[in-house]
Amino acid sequence: MMDSIQAQFRVDIGGFALATDLQLPGHGVIALFGPSGSGKTSLLRCIAGLRRAVEARLIVNGECWQDEGRGFFLPPHRRALGYVFQDANLFPHLDVRGNLEFGLRRVPPAQRRIAREQAIELLGVGPLLARTPAGLSGGERQRVGIARALLTSPRLLLLDEPLASLDSARKKEILPYLERLHGELSIPIFYVSHAPDEVARLADHIVLMEEGRVLASGPLVDTLARLDLPIRLGEDAGVVLAGSIAERDPAWHLARVALDAGDLWVRDSGAPIGAAVRVRVLARDVSIALARADSSIVNTLSASITDFGDDEHPALLLVRLQVGSEWLLARLTRRSAEHLGLAVGMRVWAQIKAVALL
Amino acid sequence: MLGAEDWSAIRLSVELAALTTLLLLVIGTPLAWWLARTPSRWKGPVGALVALPIVLPPTVLGFYLLVALGPQGPVGHLTQALGFGVLPFTFAGLVVGSVFYSLPFVVQPVQNAFEAIGDGPLDAAATLRAGPLDRFFSVALPMARPGLLTATILGFTHTIGEFGIVLMIGGNIPDKTRVVSMQIYNHVEALDYGPAHGLAAVLLLFTFCILLALYSLGSARGAGGSRERSR
Repeated sequence: MMDSIQAQFRVDIGGFALATDLQLPGHGVIALFGPSGSGKTSLLRCIAGLRRAVEARLIVNGECWQDEGRGFFLPPHRRALGYVFQDANLFPHLDVRGNLEFGLRRVPPAQRRIAREQAIELLGVGPLLARTPAGLSGGERQRVGIARALLTSPRLLLLDEPLASLDSARKKEILPYLERLHGELSIPIFYVSHAPDEVARLADHIVLMEEGRVLASGPLVDTLARLDLPIRLGEDAGVVLAGSIAERDPAWHLARVALDAGDLWVRDSGAPIGAAVRVRVLARDVSIALARADSSIVNTLSASITDFGDDEHPALLLVRLQVGSEWLLARLTRRSAEHLGLAVGMRVWAQIKAVALL
Repeated sequence: MLGAEDWSAIRLSVELAALTTLLLLVIGTPLAWWLARTPSRWKGPVGALVALPIVLPPTVLGFYLLVALGPQGPVGHLTQALGFGVLPFTFAGLVVGSVFYSLPFVVQPVQNAFEAIGDGPLDAAATLRAGPLDRFFSVALPMARPGLLTATILGFTHTIGEFGIVLMIGGNIPDKTRVVSMQIYNHVEALDYGPAHGLAAVLLLFTFCILLALYSLGSARGAGGSRERSR
């Protein structure tokens, strides 16, 4: 009960119905993932109390924030949460320092757990303190927005597509800061996104949403390997594997990532030996061979077929492979599967054309 | 060129405008906030009522106020019962009339400024531990400052310039209700064009300067806005 979040909401927003009944871990990054209009932001606003759901029960790590069954509703300013908005929503009449101190001043000193200097350093906003929001770039605004939210020492952090309004260079600027949040804070973080690469990189838990409903909720690695969901993910179907850098080969600029499933060679990103990393393997980049053959493909893992699933197009199918204690998904044509005579339980070689180190 | 009575009229006009503007900011700001934020179906009717003095002849408004505030009117009964006496043809009555007459000129700029803020900054403030009243004072008011400034200037100048309503409920009592516009009328009635010219010029110049300041301020803000966007 202490290390969990219960989020039940039922609300009708101008014809759009949001209905969730979630039991979530009380720590780590929880990604709310789904297409635009699937209700991700609405759910986040309900959690923040910015929208009051008619039927709701919200308990965050043992603390009840809302229980409409007995008419209990804690208004947003009484909830110990930090909210980072899609477009930052900085106060234009205050400079960066004023923005950062807005929330900080309203938190009693005894309840402050994040020091001003710590948040400023964590988000790298020290040089911006005297600037006004109008003079900041999009990426800088988001960093100030995150630091401002952190300074209220929240027990829950809500991030509403903090990267959506940024170009890819700015995204690369912010992502490391978000990873640091994940690493250095022990509070749960809700992360709304419709970008699979952000989710694969940051999330521990994923909530897949569609049309106001929850399609799936579970640990990232297990959920992505489910065969019934990839159809919804289309081209982005694939798995995320966690491992560590075991070896670096300067001659070829490659690094060996040791996974439970075996070793994968990836382009050397400069991560030191021993560093914990995540790799993402898309279903469309995995092919299946019956025998290990010489080919240009660097990464080949021994696997066994566990089951088959339908894909979005009738010509294709998805194969789930067990590799060690982990799974891979492979997208093949039905003709190839037939031709190779693939069946559940068969030992095969999974050839991985591309691995993205996240 | 200006006599003692003229100076008295100027002083009275300024006093009336200052007091009216102050009262209007106190009454009009919460009203504007309500109009800007409410989902209530009364928003339309109340907004229309507030806007009435813009198009209504001041004599019509003045007439109704005269009836209502008079000894036989409902408000007149109340003010008498409370020991304030009867308001028409007193400075206090003039203030009440001016507040009604200049209401839209204060409420509308402030309402527009509040509406322009949108939900974003207020939502942000709520998640930063600011309660409703705190949000109003620490976010809404400072962000609406240009609108409040416009409202102050319009309220003040509009009250200085009123005539019809003064005529109806203020009368023409020296040192009590005889304001500049009334004094000009008196001079012209008496074919006393010299002092009329003087007072008219004072009023013209004063109003022009204030509007000039207002509009230059507005265009400076506009330029600032486009600079922001081009970033």
